[in-house]
Amino acid sequence: MNEILSDFISELRAAGLPVSMTEHVDAARAATMIDLVDRETLRAALSATLVKDHDHRPVFDSAFEVFFARRGTAAAVDDPATDEVDPGETTRPPRGGAGAQGQGGRSGRGGSGSMSSVSPEQLQEMLWNAMMNGSPEDLREVAQHAVELYADIEPGRRVGGTYYLYRTLRNLDVEGLRHKLSAASAGSTPDSAWAQRAAQVDVEVKVRELQAAIEKEIRERLVADRGASSLAKSVRKPLPEDIDVMHATRDEMLQLEKALRPLARKLATRLARRRRRRRRGPVDLRHTVRRSLSTGGVPIDLRFKPPHPAKPEIIVIADISGSVASFARFTLHMVYAIASQFSKVRSFVFIDGLDEVTRLFDDSDDPGEAVARINAEADVIAFDGHSDYGRALTDFVTRFGRDINRRSVVIILGDARNNYHQAHPETVRYLKEKARAVYWLNPEPTTYWNSGDSVIAQYAPYLTKIVECRSLRQLEAFVGDLA
Amino acid sequence: MTTIDPRFELAQRLGLDEVPAPQFADAAEVVTRLREQDYLSSPEIASATFLADRLAKPVLVEGPAGTGKTALAQAVARATGAELIRLQCYEGLDESKALYEWNYRKQLLRIQAGRESGDAATWAALEDDIFAEDFLLPRPLLEAIRATHPVVLLIDEVDRVELETEALLLEILSEYQVSIPELGTVRATQIPMVFLTSNATRELSEALKRRCLYLHIGYPDVERERDIILSRVPGVTTALAEQIARVVRSLRDLDLKKHPSVSETLDWARTLVILGQSEIGDDEAAATLHILLKYQSDIETVQKELFGRRSS
Repeated sequence: MNEILSDFISELRAAGLPVSMTEHVDAARAATMIDLVDRETLRAALSATLVKDHDHRPVFDSAFEVFFARRGTAAAVDDPATDEVDPGETTRPPRGGAGAQGQGGRSGRGGSGSMSSVSPEQLQEMLWNAMMNGSPEDLREVAQHAVELYADIEPGRRVGGTYYLYRTLRNLDVEGLRHKLSAASAGSTPDSAWAQRAAQVDVEVKVRELQAAIEKEIRERLVADRGASSLAKSVRKPLPEDIDVMHATRDEMLQLEKALRPLARKLATRLARRRRRRRRGPVDLRHTVRRSLSTGGVPIDLRFKPPHPAKPEIIVIADISGSVASFARFTLHMVYAIASQFSKVRSFVFIDGLDEVTRLFDDSDDPGEAVARINAEADVIAFDGHSDYGRALTDFVTRFGRDINRRSVVIILGDARNNYHQAHPETVRYLKEKARAVYWLNPEPTTYWNSGDSVIAQYAPYLTKIVECRSLRQLEAFVGDLA
Repeated sequence: MTTIDPRFELAQRLGLDEVPAPQFADAAEVVTRLREQDYLSSPEIASATFLADRLAKPVLVEGPAGTGKTALAQAVARATGAELIRLQCYEGLDESKALYEWNYRKQLLRIQAGRESGDAATWAALEDDIFAEDFLLPRPLLEAIRATHPVVLLIDEVDRVELETEALLLEILSEYQVSIPELGTVRATQIPMVFLTSNATRELSEALKRRCLYLHIGYPDVERERDIILSRVPGVTTALAEQIARVVRSLRDLDLKKHPSVSETLDWARTLVILGQSEIGDDEAAATLHILLKYQSDIETVQKELFGRRSS
């Protein structure tokens, strides 16, 4: 057990979770106090001792599934007296022929033996029954058969299993199932919008459960095939803050959206507290002298003026063309979430034309909502709908250049991929001369800069700083430093 | 595996004569004993509570508002027959409100009394005298440590205090002791159960998290919420409870500013019972929506989502 636990914790650390020595000890102690046969108890015990942030839970869960797959714990429990359970051994089926198992692929399951295949029709029927009366055991059995029948797992391939999941779900005709379930529940529920809605969510939940069961089944087979540590690397999910915004999958994008709001809120609270508690302003001479009268003119008790740090005025100019749109959305959301830290925030978006969108944010107290409206309402296409930084910046300088002063901080967002148009770096030089600072946030990794049609080098000499900003964590750090 | 029992270890450090017996034999016992107090726990909650007791560690409970974080501590206190000592945190909470304070008025009186009676006490004797336990006003944390009977310490909404104030808690959480410069160190005479709750409005420090077990209480699933309604709302039928639980879950699926919490679900269930409803119709539901949702924009979203769809 200790061995598996150490491997498991190494994996958590590799995925970015901060697990300290104390927590490792706690987990090991907790494991001695619970019934190891029950996976859910073990999961609860380990999560209570190792995971101290709810956002880290998905990472923990996916690693847990890999390391403590059903067969894995069974083996560890078989012989709890010895600590020397070889981790490689435990991840294979406990009963005999561990070597041969991996080769079998389709004949997969070791102990449960007589899993001879069922026909697709039978399977559909079993699936339907499992969905309707929904006991977890039925569902698991269906998942086992489904994976057996459709996933066609190739032993030894270094994949995370997403493809197998997709193949199984497609063959099971999950979309059809969803329709059938909706139809069935619509027939039996009363004609009230509430009940209908509740029934719909019910169907969604059931389908999600099925998906999870199949995913789990596939993962268990992969663990049996390749061993836990190796599989863990393939399925490792980054923390939401660390996901690369430019290359996020649709799923990861949803996670990002979800992580953004609490992150922005926490940042706002932190900054507000910092401002309130920040060190005092300069010495208030009049007040100090007045106080000194009671000590015979000796200024013992210094009085200070209230702090007046000048709040900067933020001007965001964001490229919202396809490639960087989501990055721009996140940044605008983040900046507006802490808008109270600035004297004023104005925002502009462009593709090859430029439009001011400040009003959208003024209308609504929820930055997320305003950001969602940008795409529909901003007028940003002048010609062909390909980013043209030179044009947009020239446009900005002619129309709004006179509003820039020494208190303005200009932030330009984009990958500087100019589609081989003119870069017009003199516009940025002009901004730099008038503004307090000009930052450029680039969502591409540094190594890609200046490759292809990226013209960031032409602007670079006139920028206060170019910041590589690929994940929410980097973005949060940058926005936090602004205030 | 030779691991020293953490309770034994802690008892030794505190200098106790005998190791206080753990409250629960296993997680299943936690479930049953909390159920007797009308608190329905999930496996996670039961596990964390059980481990907190066994490992003699505080539990940090996080989750959305109104999901039963504070209620958990209260239920555990009732179930174990312990006294609940509660420290409500707020911004600006300091040592003198959380730990202890010298009763300086009483100290002044003592000094004056000494002077008038002509008591020729030396300064040293006087100092010893006025910094004795008699002049100490214990605040919740010290009170919990000094208690000789079993206590459950609840530190509520710990995310409201400043980062600096958090440090005050560290000594108690890891060592179960309080250091008072004039008196020395006060050690616990038993092992109190400690719960900290947080709404996650800010990130708590690593130091604090490391000293605690962690439990996230989210919204319950339909079955548990139904059972909660049944146990807490008198006069509700199983069918209605089930319906309520399902509707509430469907609302939590929407993108709202504030999702309905368990306590709001209970309020809603009570309202429907009082109104004599046996099932949820559209009109009654629409009329009582403000009990579940606390923002006008949320109410509008839900109405659009539900009734807009039907008319189309």
